Amino acid sequence: MATVTFKDATRHYPGNPKPTIDKLNIDINDGELMVFVGPSGCGKSTSLRMLAGLEEVNGGQIFIGDRDVTNLSPKDRDVAMVFQNYALYPHMSVADNMGFALKIAGVAKDEIKKRVDEAAKILDLAPYLERKPKALSGGQRQRVAMGRAIVRSPQVFLMDEPLSNLDAKLRVQTRTQIASLQRRLGVTTLYVTHDQTEAMTMGDRVAVLKDGYLMQCDAPRYMYDHPNNVFVAGFIGSPAMNLLDLPVVDGGVKLGGYVVPVSREDLGGATHVTYGIRPEDMDLSTDGTGLELVVDVVEELGADAYIYGTAAGVNQIDTDGDGGSKPFLARVDGRRPPKRGETVHLKPKPNHSHVFNADSGQRLGK
Amino acid sequence: MPLQITAAKPNPELLDLPWSMPLAQWPEELLAALPRGISRHIVRFVRLGDRVMAVKEINAEIGAREYAMLRMLERLGLPCVEALGVVTGRVDADGEPLDACLLTRHLKFSLPYRALFSQALRPDTAGRLIDALAVLLVRLHLDGFFWGDVSLSNTLFRRDAGAYSAYLVDAETGELRPTLSVGQREHDLEVARVNIAGELMDLQAGGFLDESADAVEISGQLCARYRSLWGELTGSESFGAEDRWRVDERIRRLNDLGFDVDELAISTDIDGTHLQIQPKVVDAGHHSRRLLRLTGLDVEENQARRLLNDLDSFRMATGRQGESEEFVAADWAERIYEPTVRSVPPELRGKLEPAEFFHEVLEHRWYLSERRGKDVSTADAVADYVAVVLPAKPDEDSVVGVDTVQMPVVARLPRPADRSGPARPTQGPAPS
Repeated sequence: MATVTFKDATRHYPGNPKPTIDKLNIDINDGELMVFVGPSGCGKSTSLRMLAGLEEVNGGQIFIGDRDVTNLSPKDRDVAMVFQNYALYPHMSVADNMGFALKIAGVAKDEIKKRVDEAAKILDLAPYLERKPKALSGGQRQRVAMGRAIVRSPQVFLMDEPLSNLDAKLRVQTRTQIASLQRRLGVTTLYVTHDQTEAMTMGDRVAVLKDGYLMQCDAPRYMYDHPNNVFVAGFIGSPAMNLLDLPVVDGGVKLGGYVVPVSREDLGGATHVTYGIRPEDMDLSTDGTGLELVVDVVEELGADAYIYGTAAGVNQIDTDGDGGSKPFLARVDGRRPPKRGETVHLKPKPNHSHVFNADSGQRLGK
Repeated sequence: MPLQITAAKPNPELLDLPWSMPLAQWPEELLAALPRGISRHIVRFVRLGDRVMAVKEINAEIGAREYAMLRMLERLGLPCVEALGVVTGRVDADGEPLDACLLTRHLKFSLPYRALFSQALRPDTAGRLIDALAVLLVRLHLDGFFWGDVSLSNTLFRRDAGAYSAYLVDAETGELRPTLSVGQREHDLEVARVNIAGELMDLQAGGFLDESADAVEISGQLCARYRSLWGELTGSESFGAEDRWRVDERIRRLNDLGFDVDELAISTDIDGTHLQIQPKVVDAGHHSRRLLRLTGLDVEENQARRLLNDLDSFRMATGRQGESEEFVAADWAERIYEPTVRSVPPELRGKLEPAEFFHEVLEHRWYLSERRGKDVSTADAVADYVAVVLPAKPDEDSVVGVDTVQMPVVARLPRPADRSGPARPTQGPAPS
């Protein structure tokens, strides 16, 4: 068991104008499932590979426990890339399929048997140990592949987009299995994905990366409620948070015909802010106050409905930089949704607004 | 989305294949061999005109990436299977989307390692395969390819004058970088070592490889072979300025290993008493390029070496050392090589590739001469070989019936029956 520490860890490819990973500082706790998430090119895979020893570290250090592994060869780091190799050998028993890597590593026979038995118990494979892989179902075979990593009892598991190959349905199933297995084993794990839903459902903590920088590292719930900056606010959550450019007025920020109360202290003298509100944090107001929205599309999902519309007098922020205009989105009661073309008024629920500095994008207030 | 075929050399016959059917259900008459085993992806070998192609069902994004990667490796002149195309936008009869398909051309006369072990083999076959794989890995690494999943099953082997040459089959996990870090190369080696040992242990469990062979030791040879070759190809050496012959000697050593030196860095120390040399760019195929230039024959490296030796003997025997090499080579090809390989009756041409046949005949001539205690002519050796040895050999021009058994990432199996009840028999895709 071990902690993992990235200390100012930097990876700069020769010839690139800037580092791919710039002074990454992160502590992964013993037994924790840490998920690195971000859009492509954010450096999440690079940082996993720095820990695995596959990418040189040009600055800073990486520790596993209190051991500095920065310059160690991959095989001396005691980490295991899980799901990297799925080969199952048809003539070998399930037990041998799980234990053969230990044999290669020169582990004694009875020790191999002990570890294979333990892993089989955890993976519900004990009754199948003497069978051949052909006699197993697909899911059981996948667990054999996991068992191969488990018997090595490494200090850290590394998983780099392990589900990218699966169809959507299996992905959901398998991610639940991985997360619950990881918790049972209690092995410190670094998991990399581009999918924020995967990150939020699996991670004990989630680290969001962008352009080689750590944007935020927190528990999923906290991050959802307290995004540190505009990027995290827009990236985490599906459907995404509405982000608007709003003027500061007396008592708060002006959302259409409504003033969202924000303390002067939090606003710190700004005249404009980036304001964020999640689609589910709005209520339809009956008194005609609030943000005026003309409904363009109604998406009915049973219990809920989403309304997409054009908000009067506010500018949506183009967070993904594609230049397209974004509709404003709100979740409403699915039993009584407004109709297309209707004009509605929306009010933010108290204490669910997010306010960010319009220039730096950093969160203002709590 | 309509069916879309992206192909390097589009073949209209591609359109006739049943793309709206899951690959696992394709009718037998289309298949070149019956698939066996379990695989990471569903793979089928399909006849297309007079050739065979491998069709792998795969996620569209990953398939397109692998296709581009194989094309890139091909452009770099690295030994790999030839990517034919990607088929995307497949839907079944009910309009449900199906995975994309990656198409690769079957490499003629190539052999999967399992097929090699199911024949009666020389005891050192495993070692020869390892040697070939080490050369392949060094070549890939020199060009910045990080494989990520090195194994015997992801490699195909061609006979090469008694040895083997290796081709990369699966580039799914690969990445191309300007250069590789030590960690990346070490990782590939470690993956290779574990995979190969596993594959050999599996052969032993199946009774295809003698129990006495030490799987761990054999797979360890890959690392040793790789390191010594890598060191020879990239290492720097320094020596006194008076030992300049060592520059030539290094180049000759690399040539003997089958590599040409494209760029050699030479530096001296401040007072000029010591020289340091380090190869910067080396190209595999020293002998095969030379043979190609002289005769137009495109063969494997060791075969080329063998043919060039025979060409040299021909030159000596005919007393034409003073003549231009090109003229002598043209004569040799016309008078020796062509008649020999043409003497194989058409029905036996699927047994061996022409250059490998020529090599075998040379071996056979030597063997006959020794047995008879006198020189045997090439013509006699050919006649005897064709009559006695060749008919007993297996056809090798399109061996595809492999069962590289791999883990299905895409477990297309009954759900949610995963944990309960007896396992149902699995359908059997072939190698990935």
